[in-house]
Amino acid sequence: MRSSKIKGFGAVAAVAVLALAGCGSSADSGSTGASAAPGGMQVPNLKAMDKLGTPEGEVNVLAWPGYVEDGSNDPAVDWVSDFEKSSGCKVNVKTFGTSDEAVQLMRTGQYDTVSASGDATLRLIAAGDVEPVNTSLVTNYPDIFESLKMKPWNSVNGVPYGIPHGRGANLLMYRTDLVKPAPDSWGAVFDKAGAQAGKVTAYDSPIYIADAALYLMATKPELGIKDPYALDETQLAAAVDLLKAQKANISEYWSDYLKEVQAFKSGSSTIGTTWQVIANVAKGEKAPVEAVLPKEGATGWSDTWMVGAKSQHKTCAYKFIDHIVSPKVNAQIAEYFGEAPANKKACAETADKNHCTVFHAEDEEYFSKVRYWNTPISTCLDGRTDVKCTDYAAWTKAWTEIRNS
Amino acid sequence: MSRRRGLAALLGPPLLWLVVAYLGALAVIFATAFWTTDPFTNQVVRTFTLENFADLFSPTYLRIIGRTLLIAALVTVLCIAIAVPLAFFMARVAPRRLRGLLLAAVLVPLWASYLVKAYAWRTMVQPDGVLDNAFGATPGYGFGALVLTLTYLWLPYMVLPVYAAFERLPETHLEASADLGARPLATFRRVVVPALLPAIAAGSIFTFSLSLGDYIAVQIVGGKLQVLGTAVLQNITLDLPFAAALGTVSALIMVLYLLAVRRTGALDNL
Repeated sequence: MRSSKIKGFGAVAAVAVLALAGCGSSADSGSTGASAAPGGMQVPNLKAMDKLGTPEGEVNVLAWPGYVEDGSNDPAVDWVSDFEKSSGCKVNVKTFGTSDEAVQLMRTGQYDTVSASGDATLRLIAAGDVEPVNTSLVTNYPDIFESLKMKPWNSVNGVPYGIPHGRGANLLMYRTDLVKPAPDSWGAVFDKAGAQAGKVTAYDSPIYIADAALYLMATKPELGIKDPYALDETQLAAAVDLLKAQKANISEYWSDYLKEVQAFKSGSSTIGTTWQVIANVAKGEKAPVEAVLPKEGATGWSDTWMVGAKSQHKTCAYKFIDHIVSPKVNAQIAEYFGEAPANKKACAETADKNHCTVFHAEDEEYFSKVRYWNTPISTCLDGRTDVKCTDYAAWTKAWTEIRNS
Repeated sequence: MSRRRGLAALLGPPLLWLVVAYLGALAVIFATAFWTTDPFTNQVVRTFTLENFADLFSPTYLRIIGRTLLIAALVTVLCIAIAVPLAFFMARVAPRRLRGLLLAAVLVPLWASYLVKAYAWRTMVQPDGVLDNAFGATPGYGFGALVLTLTYLWLPYMVLPVYAAFERLPETHLEASADLGARPLATFRRVVVPALLPAIAAGSIFTFSLSLGDYIAVQIVGGKLQVLGTAVLQNITLDLPFAAALGTVSALIMVLYLLAVRRTGALDNL
């Protein structure tokens, strides 16, 4: 509906959109009336829906690749078509490659729901781009693992802002024929990256700094890094130095997952960070690759479905989220993407009955080693009070510096 | 009266489009470059600052601007080096029947999607790709691959005006030059080149500006290479005002380039 309006107004509306995109909505940073979250974050006062209305006919979804498959990538992989028929909500999907992209796209107000990782959620909440959710409107919410509910990245001051989707770890992928012996440490892309000079790949986002910090946690204990998202000036500088040294051996940075698949298939990249789904797709295309969780642990994600504050299709958005976290669909996504499902009943629905064991769905011990993506803020997330930590703006600056050096 | 109204109706929409959509968008970009962002949410905050422009003069960004200019210049030079002999052959040497065929051959790639062509080059320069197998070496993703790809992509925009210039060049001029005792090289230097220069300048506007603004081919075949276009892209999500400042740079470079080209009289040739 929105798009037909734009067509109607033609050039004028197009300009208005341009102007809006150019200006952005000015942040409400001056006000102090809104409630404060840890780190001095200001949260706009928005209300959750109290009851569902009639479905609006469509829902615009912003999702990580592999989360919302409607059969257009692979006719056998489709958990959207049935929902469209039963709910009367046509699903329009737009995928994104990084959390920064998701935040940017969500800000346009054109999307009704988003699968946000922990490094995007708080930014979306603080900017008023998403609103609290009424969990009682999501019939599958009671079946979601308690350990995923009401976490610092999906709730603020006891108000839930989203429905957990699932979680997993960023892995180290390598070409089994070209990288020998098989790597078991992130050192293969940092200190020992020279062995694959010009063939290393890395994720193209400031959040990748955490991967370097995680490696430094294990290899340089004297830096005293306790949480890869809580870095003071010295610790950040050490991570930046590591990434600058890594850059000499980088072939290319990736954020488009299909490009990474192609790079590993052709051998222009032989080792680097990845998601399980990428390894699965690459293997499906007969590329000799393997993905492992290195001994240092890994960064990872615990994703949340959120509802856009400016959404015109909220009923469809709730119905869609409810569908995504329903046992069968949550199981399908978890297997396709290669992650642990959020719904405990999903474990009985997976094609591979061991899926929840393999992906440690209920293994809190395992996930204590996985450092979920989080937004760095100036208040140290690891509890230190004697220093100021570097915030995401500083990470952004550092990352731009690394990429442009 | 009604004629004037008719004229206004005819010219009004395109003028409105030009002013509002083209110049308006540029003005918005320029204005945005003076704002800042919220450090936490990356949202644009309307606080006036000159910092974005000051940051452009850091060594990092000067290097990126220099690198982008170098790429655009190299692509333009390569396009000229290929287009001039090719257009000469097409317009002067090839038999008339072949001429149409050659022209079609130059034009047909323009019908294929830009992305398809860039991805074709991605597979051609990859290890074990066509280049590797045929010549035993490949530039790999990076500077060389990017210059090659962009040269391929923009070549038709150089061939066409140069071809037209060759076609327009009267045979009698060449004969007169020969009759007056000029050797072929002197004829080329003193008759052909002056006639071609405006056409080359016109073609170079396309090859130069398209290379300057490109950010997609860079991502596909450029490896970790960072140019103005990709720097803008990276900052669009993280720091929109700075991205706008970077965008202003490429707009400014193009304005300067067009002013320089105007002096050659090439703009009358478009």
